[in-house]
Amino acid sequence: MPTTDNAFATALRLVLHLDPALREIVALSLQVSLAAVAVGALIGLPLGAALALWRFPGRGAVVVVLNALMGLPPVVAGLAVYLLLSRAGPLGQFGLLFTPGAMVVAQVLLILPIIAALTRQQVEELHAEYREQLQSLGLSRLRRIPTLLWDARFGLMTVILAGFGRASAEVGAVMIVGGNIDGVTRVMTTAIVLETSKGNLPLALGLGLVLLALVTLINGAAYLVGETARRRLG
Amino acid sequence: MPKAGLILAALALMGPSLNAAAQNIGHITLASTTSTENSGLFGAIIPAFTEATGIEVRVVAVGTGQAFEIARRGDADSLLVHDTEGETRFVADGHGTERADVMYNDYVLVGPAGDPAAIADAETAAEAFALIAAAEAPFASRGDDSGTHRAEQRRWEAAGIAPASPWYRELGSGMGATLNTAAAMDAYAMTDRATWVAFDNRQGLALLFEGDETLFNQYGSVRISPERHPHLKHDLAAQWHEWLLSEAGQQAIADFRVDGQQLFFPNAE
Amino acid sequence: MTQMAHQLPELAIPALRFEGASVVHRSQTLLQPLTLSLDGCRRTLVMGPNGAGKSLLMRLAHGLLLPSAGQVYWEGKPPRQAMVFQRPVLLKRSALDNLTYALAVSGTPWRARKPLAREALARFGLSPLERRPARVLSGGEQQRLALARAWLLAPEVLFLDEPTAALDPASMRAVEAAVLDFHARGTRILMTTHDLNQAKRLADDVVLLHEGRLIEHSDAERFFTTPASPTTRAFIDGDLIW
Repeated sequence: MPTTDNAFATALRLVLHLDPALREIVALSLQVSLAAVAVGALIGLPLGAALALWRFPGRGAVVVVLNALMGLPPVVAGLAVYLLLSRAGPLGQFGLLFTPGAMVVAQVLLILPIIAALTRQQVEELHAEYREQLQSLGLSRLRRIPTLLWDARFGLMTVILAGFGRASAEVGAVMIVGGNIDGVTRVMTTAIVLETSKGNLPLALGLGLVLLALVTLINGAAYLVGETARRRLG
Repeated sequence: MPKAGLILAALALMGPSLNAAAQNIGHITLASTTSTENSGLFGAIIPAFTEATGIEVRVVAVGTGQAFEIARRGDADSLLVHDTEGETRFVADGHGTERADVMYNDYVLVGPAGDPAAIADAETAAEAFALIAAAEAPFASRGDDSGTHRAEQRRWEAAGIAPASPWYRELGSGMGATLNTAAAMDAYAMTDRATWVAFDNRQGLALLFEGDETLFNQYGSVRISPERHPHLKHDLAAQWHEWLLSEAGQQAIADFRVDGQQLFFPNAE
Repeated sequence: MTQMAHQLPELAIPALRFEGASVVHRSQTLLQPLTLSLDGCRRTLVMGPNGAGKSLLMRLAHGLLLPSAGQVYWEGKPPRQAMVFQRPVLLKRSALDNLTYALAVSGTPWRARKPLAREALARFGLSPLERRPARVLSGGEQQRLALARAWLLAPEVLFLDEPTAALDPASMRAVEAAVLDFHARGTRILMTTHDLNQAKRLADDVVLLHEGRLIEHSDAERFFTTPASPTTRAFIDGDLIW
């Protein structure tokens, strides 16, 4: 496969030459996805924990919807955010459409269900073990949340990485709300789509390899941090 | 809704840092088609405009239908597409104030180099389309209601043919994706010349028919209505519109070459 | 071992009353309506075969469980309480952090937490293990850490649910010594066990449950020498069918 050979050579050349355009795209990809993960975790972790701790009418429905939203097609998320942020939409006056901010919003929408649903499951399991002890210490449900999140941290790290994976890999949402504007909202995945549509398959695949390497690097770093902490704290 | 509040708060914190890099004198958002963006035309002419005016142009390259929708919703400051009929209607409906011819390129027919339908010898575009239909040779159509797709449908109509499967395949894809698919299944396809010249993955495809005037593809620039969308940057957008039609803009378009080939022919009045 | 700083003030601890308190789960009555009064700073041991309802009684008393019918209440202001479980629940942190956590929860100022926690670790012979993850400690060490955590809360009432059931003899001795220390400090003890000898060593009074029913509540001496109920006699003689 000449295309595949070319792709590896292209990927290598892209990385070795530290192509400034590529650097910009990589930096924006990371910025957008990391920001989305940060916001997603900030909302999703407490939300998931709350769902694990409180029983209320309709809770089952919320859990089912959350689990289902884990499979939300990125294009649908993108379209929803587009209609929301468009000038004609309810949040139009913020002028966020076709900015990295809009891409962050779309990705948050994609990864929030993943983070919240998986957090709920992990916290629920841990709470089954901790409940009586925490109750004995006189902790209200609200005050149990930080304790449970902290003690579930190793499992939650994987949850957050799953969110990061989805955010950095998706293209449908950021394409619609970002517009793939050169130098402004072009990220790795939209650049790959663009190069594919130009028929420049080696470059597209090369960019894909760079993206893969980047995601692997981040996962590797998180794994190392997690393993070290796990060995230290059990 | 504390959740929505949190999102907004986070955005407020994040927005400035994410936007800071690109904000200088001012920018406009231009809704345009993939063919212009993918060919590299914008990459060649926009720097000249930015140098002359200090205005940055951010291109959102989408299908023609989506470009109209973006402009209709007030999400773009200017519009540059290739669907004269649609553009005229856009202005007539009050979404735009004026449209002007900017340039044209042309469509060409590509297909397997062996040319099983022998369209290379056709005298007119209508004849070429008729030959493909007669041979029932595979034909890959965009099938996405884009400007190119509509132009292709008009050519079938002009040839008096109602194309049908199995040989006629509607892909629902962009131009590049359609060419990738056509290359993979040895199908004929109609493409704009710009995308074709810049396209790298031709495999067994070759340019087989070109030059008929009915295949010309007119691009127009549309100014968006300030009454409908007062928030848009109409002053900056007007400068862009005027520059495209000016001598400098027209010259920049004429100077754009790919592999020594001129792809767009300025024809502003 | 006595530390004046930890001596509890000599205030009367309110009595704990059960009035017809029962526990029903999925239409099965696990604890028959129970009426019982516990007062004085005593060491009360709750005994009975497995499934007698000992753990339910402890959980009702500590407020971890609400009765299906009847009432459980303190006659006065509810006292400070702590509980030690058969299988200690320790957080995924170091031994020291498990203790500072409990102090934080109970509102101890930040600066005071580490010194107090270290003192408690020393008292329970755990100082060398302070930085070790709590969950990798041995069973005996974990139970001592749970006791150290309870110690820091200076409870007026301490509940212990089968605290030595899973321990080796040496660890069991350490737990029993700790129970006596707590009591010497002025803490009322409520503890379950099915070990008669342990009950003889520790009990001021004994509550006997059998098949979810209260059989007898009497002073230890009387319980072991002249029990009122024939079931108690059978239990002491080891004849009770478990």
